[in-house]
Amino acid sequence: MRYAMAVDTKKCVGCSDCVVACQTENNVPIGYCRDWVVEVMDGTYPRLEIELRSERCNHCENAPCVRCCPTGASHIVDGGIVLVKPNKCIGCGACIASCPYDARYPHPKGYVDKCTFCVHRVSQGMKPACVSVCPTKCMYFGDLDDPNSDVSMVLKKRKYKTLIPEAGTKPHLYFLI
Amino acid sequence: MATRRQFIRISAMGTGAVMAGAAGLKLFGSGITEGQKATFTALTGRTPTYCEVCFWKCAGWVYKDENGSIKKIIGNAEDQNCNGRLCPRGTGGVGMYHDDDRLRRPLIRTEERGKQSFREATWEEAFDYIAEKIKVISAEHGPECIALFTHGSGGKYFSTLLRALGSPHIAAPSYAQCRGPREVAFQATFGEALDSPEPLDIRDTRCLVLIGSHLGENMHNGQVQEMSDAIDKGATIITVDPRFSTAAGKSKYWLPIKPATDLALLLAWINVIISEELYDKPYVEKYTYGFEYLKEHVKNMTPEWAYGITTIDPTVIRETAREMANAAPAVIVHPGRHVTWYGDDTQRLRAVAILNALLGSWGRRGGFFRTETFELPEPPHPAYPTPKRTWRTEFPDLYKLADTVLANGVCDATVPDPSRNCKFQAWIVNGTNLMETLPNQENTLKAIQALQLLVVIDTMPMEITGWADVVLPECTYLERYDDLRVGPHRKPQIALRAPAAEPMYDTKPAFYMARELAKRLGVIEYFPFEKIEDQLDWQLKQAGSSLEEMKRIGVKTFDRTADNLFFFPDEEVEFYTATGKIELYSTALEGAGFDPMPRYTVHEEPPAGYYRLNYGRAPMHTFSRTANNPNLTDLMDENSVWVNPRVAKEWGLSTGQYVHLVNQDGKKSEFPIKVRVTERIRWDSVYMVHGFGHQEKKLRRSYGKGASDTNLITKVLVDPVMGGTGMRGNFVTFITDLAGEEVVS
Repeated sequence: MRYAMAVDTKKCVGCSDCVVACQTENNVPIGYCRDWVVEVMDGTYPRLEIELRSERCNHCENAPCVRCCPTGASHIVDGGIVLVKPNKCIGCGACIASCPYDARYPHPKGYVDKCTFCVHRVSQGMKPACVSVCPTKCMYFGDLDDPNSDVSMVLKKRKYKTLIPEAGTKPHLYFLI
Repeated sequence: MATRRQFIRISAMGTGAVMAGAAGLKLFGSGITEGQKATFTALTGRTPTYCEVCFWKCAGWVYKDENGSIKKIIGNAEDQNCNGRLCPRGTGGVGMYHDDDRLRRPLIRTEERGKQSFREATWEEAFDYIAEKIKVISAEHGPECIALFTHGSGGKYFSTLLRALGSPHIAAPSYAQCRGPREVAFQATFGEALDSPEPLDIRDTRCLVLIGSHLGENMHNGQVQEMSDAIDKGATIITVDPRFSTAAGKSKYWLPIKPATDLALLLAWINVIISEELYDKPYVEKYTYGFEYLKEHVKNMTPEWAYGITTIDPTVIRETAREMANAAPAVIVHPGRHVTWYGDDTQRLRAVAILNALLGSWGRRGGFFRTETFELPEPPHPAYPTPKRTWRTEFPDLYKLADTVLANGVCDATVPDPSRNCKFQAWIVNGTNLMETLPNQENTLKAIQALQLLVVIDTMPMEITGWADVVLPECTYLERYDDLRVGPHRKPQIALRAPAAEPMYDTKPAFYMARELAKRLGVIEYFPFEKIEDQLDWQLKQAGSSLEEMKRIGVKTFDRTADNLFFFPDEEVEFYTATGKIELYSTALEGAGFDPMPRYTVHEEPPAGYYRLNYGRAPMHTFSRTANNPNLTDLMDENSVWVNPRVAKEWGLSTGQYVHLVNQDGKKSEFPIKVRVTERIRWDSVYMVHGFGHQEKKLRRSYGKGASDTNLITKVLVDPVMGGTGMRGNFVTFITDLAGEEVVS
């Protein structure tokens, strides 16, 4: 089982509902975030293009954060979800420095925090909070090993990219383009 | 590539990439995080509500954590307005409840208006004070001189109170400051106003035309969702906007029109549709009135004619007109919502309506559907007394097609003027920050200074509360019952709002306030139920449900009883116009002395060195209402002024720099605003998000952050047809030297 997410940049309007939904679902303190929206603009007036992306932890198969963690707090669980055990984390920040996607932040309580793909929801058969709230339904989640999952289906149908593929991290966050 | 680190290092509005999510590691002062657990906690029960952060009123469920504190709000899957998905504001509605700057106790003014000196009062004291004043004012000037301004669910109860007292003056800024011209235009054309949510079948449309409507930045939830569905299905989007909006970024065509010339483009489209015979002939033949007049009227309004006015290439005008016709009748020329721009707005919206009629989209799949609203019985009460005069008395022969009280009309009629005999003496303001809602703040203040009584009901200290004589702190929508939501939609539906928590501090619901005042003013018989729960249960039982059932399900859907969602082929349809047809040629407008068909009029252009001030919405904020919400300021805590690089070069401006704006009348922005240099806007206008630049210091998170567009709108272009306040005729220039002024950021 390999959980993955695909974000449709053609549908995302950058409203940041995914950010608020994550904050309220996961008690992320105000001022911090596990997911965020990036807007990239190309071209000159009047020939312009915008790409909007809801970003978060890429839940990499080859995760530098897990490799560099000195205590084993950062680890990978069933389904390929990268997690942090708060009680094992010493807040050294090595993982923050190693993550090419800048997906981790130091929680004010002293440990490093990040997106969990809402493992507590996913394990109960629900979608992550960001996916289930998105007004544009621009996010697809599921198991890459299941050819009929939302994410497998949409990746079959559409062109996509990953971020910083040259980092060799094998990310599980895809962007439909 | 923007990363979180870059975002922290550079300012929020970078040149290449902008991160619009939560503000990285920046930590804002807020009480919300205290006592919250970083791990998932089991949730206890859920309470139905419908959202009050904007007017879309999406239904949802409120969840609390194990400590009984409100934790999250999730959309109700049965709800047609949201389909189980709230927008960021709805999700962030929890911040409205947790905001530690909320109004906490009733306040009574102790010094003259303009000074923020209040004393805390008990509810009894506050009610007695208001009732006493109203009695005196009523006896001296008649009850008609009391006006209500409302933009919130609680307005319903104050409206009952006013009507019971004998005043017809219930004004909603959502009319003359927002969608009024559209409603009048569609009424004149199709015999029906559009109402809210608009009956647009966007999910099945094949072509969506947005004219200055920035769907996606305005989070009109259901419509944003359906636009996304339409994108999935391959619909063409055509966006007309001087700014490359988010929607423009999803469009096949972006028409960067010269501001204030939209009507010329619309007329040229009508010209192409008629001259190339692209219109729906059987539909036009069967349902419309005045086609030959229209044909004659637009015959010279060619794309070449419009090119000189709009700067849009005639080839593009033709191509886009053909795109619409190819998609017809599954095409929507979007009527917009906030349409009070240039003072000829009713006529512009008439052109939109006419274009839709020619394409046959009204009453057709992928166009406009027929709504149905659930008819809920009102609690029995005596007939309301007949008012002896209305605001109209003050404006003889003006705004003839206005079909509701104008907020600006009441405001203008309050300003002392020897030529008027009916001055308004008391205002009750519920859930609308009039200082930021009505243009021309100076005029609003003149009116306020002339009042004998100003009562403000709100959850937050806003600019308007600072001017009040009595402030009544309302509990948030998460802490109260309100009337059932019965908005029009594809199917009749009702939604319940029940309290998820006890009111925080010493706050109360509007129902209680209005009823207590009614008691003291001798009109209690208009509030037959002491408790709102009993009233709701009574209403629901008439409708075959109950409060108990609604608490369980939140939303109840009923079958349609009237007609079909769309016209049957060849259906005989009677339109509620004088001719019984869709009026391409408007007999109503003609009868009132206006152009029966829209004509392009030239609008003033900015003088050299000035730029037209355009304003709009960000998806995470509603008006000025949300500017202090801890969850939403976390996403965006100030606005910026968008400037084209050519203009920036001329002024030596760079992104992130703070400037003041000053308008054509010398009105300077109250606070400096951050510059965003971007290719996404024309060089003849600037743009900012509305609702920032708060001057109320009690709003600790938002005070002084960004600039207020309302502050710079001193010139108002009033629509002669219905009194709408056109607000896009103001021009601003830059003051780059801040002279050592400190910037709040």
